[in-house]
Amino acid sequence: MKRSQRLRWQATAFMTVTALAVAACSSSSSSSSSAPSSGSSSSSSALTASAPGITATTITIGSHQPLTGPAAPGYSEIAPASAAYFAYVNAHGGVYGRNIVYKYLNDAYDPTTTASVVRQLVLQDSVYAIFNGLGTPTHLAVVSFLNSQKVPDVFVASGCGCWDQPTLYPDTFGYQLDYVSEGKILGQYVAQHFKGKKVGYFYQDDEFGQDGVKGLDYEIPASQVVSKQSYVVTNTNVAPQVAALRAAGAQVVVAFSIPAFTALLKLTSLKLGFTPVLAVSDVNSDVYTLDGLLEAFAKSAGAKVVGSQLTNGIITDSYLPTIAQASNSWTTLFKMVHDQYDAKEPWDGNAYYGEAVAYLFVSAMFKAGRNPTRADLVSAINGGLPQGASVAPYAYSSANHDGITGAFMAVMMNGGLVQQGSVLTTDPSQTGAITTYTGTEASAPASGIPSP
Amino acid sequence: MTMRTLPRRLALAVIVAIIVAVVSVKLNAFRDYQIAEIAMYVTAVAALTVLTGFSGQISLGHGAFMAVGAYATALVMLHLNWPFYAALVVAAAVTAAAGAVVGLAAARLRGPYLAGATLMFGVAITAVAPAFPGVFGGDQGLNVTFTTPGFVGANFPLTRWQAWVSSVVALVVLVLLANLQYSRIGRNWRAVRDDDVAAELDGINVAAARIRAFVVSATCAGIAGALLAIVTGLVAPGAFTLTLSIALLTAAVIGGLGSLPGALWGSLLIVLVPVYVTDVATSHGLSSSVGANIPIVAYGVVLILVMLVFPQGIQGGLRWVFTTFFGTDLKSRTWREAPAPHVTPSADEEAASQHQKEGTS
Repeated sequence: MKRSQRLRWQATAFMTVTALAVAACSSSSSSSSSAPSSGSSSSSSALTASAPGITATTITIGSHQPLTGPAAPGYSEIAPASAAYFAYVNAHGGVYGRNIVYKYLNDAYDPTTTASVVRQLVLQDSVYAIFNGLGTPTHLAVVSFLNSQKVPDVFVASGCGCWDQPTLYPDTFGYQLDYVSEGKILGQYVAQHFKGKKVGYFYQDDEFGQDGVKGLDYEIPASQVVSKQSYVVTNTNVAPQVAALRAAGAQVVVAFSIPAFTALLKLTSLKLGFTPVLAVSDVNSDVYTLDGLLEAFAKSAGAKVVGSQLTNGIITDSYLPTIAQASNSWTTLFKMVHDQYDAKEPWDGNAYYGEAVAYLFVSAMFKAGRNPTRADLVSAINGGLPQGASVAPYAYSSANHDGITGAFMAVMMNGGLVQQGSVLTTDPSQTGAITTYTGTEASAPASGIPSP
Repeated sequence: MTMRTLPRRLALAVIVAIIVAVVSVKLNAFRDYQIAEIAMYVTAVAALTVLTGFSGQISLGHGAFMAVGAYATALVMLHLNWPFYAALVVAAAVTAAAGAVVGLAAARLRGPYLAGATLMFGVAITAVAPAFPGVFGGDQGLNVTFTTPGFVGANFPLTRWQAWVSSVVALVVLVLLANLQYSRIGRNWRAVRDDDVAAELDGINVAAARIRAFVVSATCAGIAGALLAIVTGLVAPGAFTLTLSIALLTAAVIGGLGSLPGALWGSLLIVLVPVYVTDVATSHGLSSSVGANIPIVAYGVVLILVMLVFPQGIQGGLRWVFTTFFGTDLKSRTWREAPAPHVTPSADEEAASQHQKEGTS
């Protein structure tokens, strides 16, 4: 009896020692990683460790990205493209001499994992800012945490209107054209070009699709809309929705769907002999991805299609220049950086996006000053940022944290986009007018790096 | 002996609590967050240990009970403005009711059929929130605000407070479960697990024992869900996918099915291994497409290794280490620990025994 009791205590002691050893091992890495930020206030240079994540030589930023899981195809290319652009900047003098260290962690598009990895970045790795965190449901899991910690939460990779709440979330800034504004621009095009035709909607049943439909409804007369069909991402059978659109006699179908479901919509329509005019959200404007999905889905169903033939004529919009516009100075710059630093990943719209948003961050950092605090970056963005690669200006001000304010309409043709008309700008309100953008798009700087 | 078990377990719990408190002060805020995460997982994995290890039933849908507890917590805290401690009680009660309902069905099912039914429950629950966006906040979920109380001071880190609260809740649950395990209820569970016919002949109400196990297990999972709500600050359907249910079962098996300390080992593994391996992968400059998949590979390798080396899980392995190196056999006490978990008769065995019966008749 006594013996067994002693053993129990031995077991307890052993467990305790093991637990402590585990804790000690895991804590040692963190203390070493945070050491440089506290240590150095350089004497020879004016560069100082002015904020968490900033040392005399580096700026460390973090992000959560879906590198594996359902959202990974396509989107997993964005962060490496951003990292490639940062590598280019680092190789050409950095930001006031500091190198950007970009640490992006995989959240597999799972909000609980997002909550965990972002805390790791902020609390342990002491990043200066969270940059381009991807996804609406994922980023919503951390937006209040980031603001409570006063961590700049810049250029969220999602078109949700929820990032534009400067009083609630003063440190959060959107990047993309928000989905309501996009719906308005797309809706106006449909209303003007297909007067009196029967219109059907096909949309994702979440913030993304619902915001898009809101914008569409602002512009397309209700009498023209004959059917509104939604889908959920967990159910890949869209035949009932397509059949309903067909039964309602829709001549034009406007889709606020992610590329995989746009492909399913197209293929299911073909199968049912239903050939409406298709207008789709800019999340599909990377024709390369859409073509690939069409071919892959058709192949798994035992059919062979040529993706670019099926996408020819699909109407969409875009807030960035496209890879098809080879003479555009931004396309030339980003292609050059991609080929040099990111050649393993495909050159497509996602890579373009990753580099464009990285360019925007670098220009914000230059504006924030030589030895910026976290608040300096936020007030730099609140003061407005130059347009950079996007086709329309940014909305940034202390009262507005929306990103890009406009897009151009386009038609898919032979794997690329053909621009239709000028760039249009608007805002997410119902009354906000859609106007033709009269400013000129800046061309890329010769150095490839925004000027301070 | 029986008289002294409760004080001893309480003493052990207090010691662990003191260790957690000291360690959480020493470590940085993110490690505190991980302590909170581990405590949350320990509670959930202990729930499965009760169900599978003690009573021999399997569940592939325990994430769903966590979802019930988490949503109950969020709704009570949001709409009634109740403190977390009250919400915790509500969450436990609601999931107990959910466990009773599922348990009623489960008591009639066994083996793959039970696995199938619980799997269905686990898959279906994520569709509920998007179907009623007004109540459950749809895909975006509900935000839970959890702050440090005034008495600890304004500068007390939130993550440390989360670690403390989660650890205390987890320890209380573990102590209660440990007592239950060696009570008459626990003995009945083991009897039902090892041979339900024999148990029934001994006068044990098999169905009642099974339902009871489901209720207890669901309650613990609900409490874990409540902890998840305050630790992550968000309750959204994306957190309660099938992946979570499978991860919990994995942790229970890896830690050592049928032993409560095993729940701790399993939880440590599923929380720390991915983070550690990601750090290693990124620090060695692997390309992102390779680096992103390394944690998944490493996780798989660890699972395979543990199962090869310690078929009874980490706790079983530790026990083996003790008997080998300390020269004492724990066998005199193994009747109280779970033996090799022969969970439920496999489909083949059942079919075979069916054949025999037919043959003899």
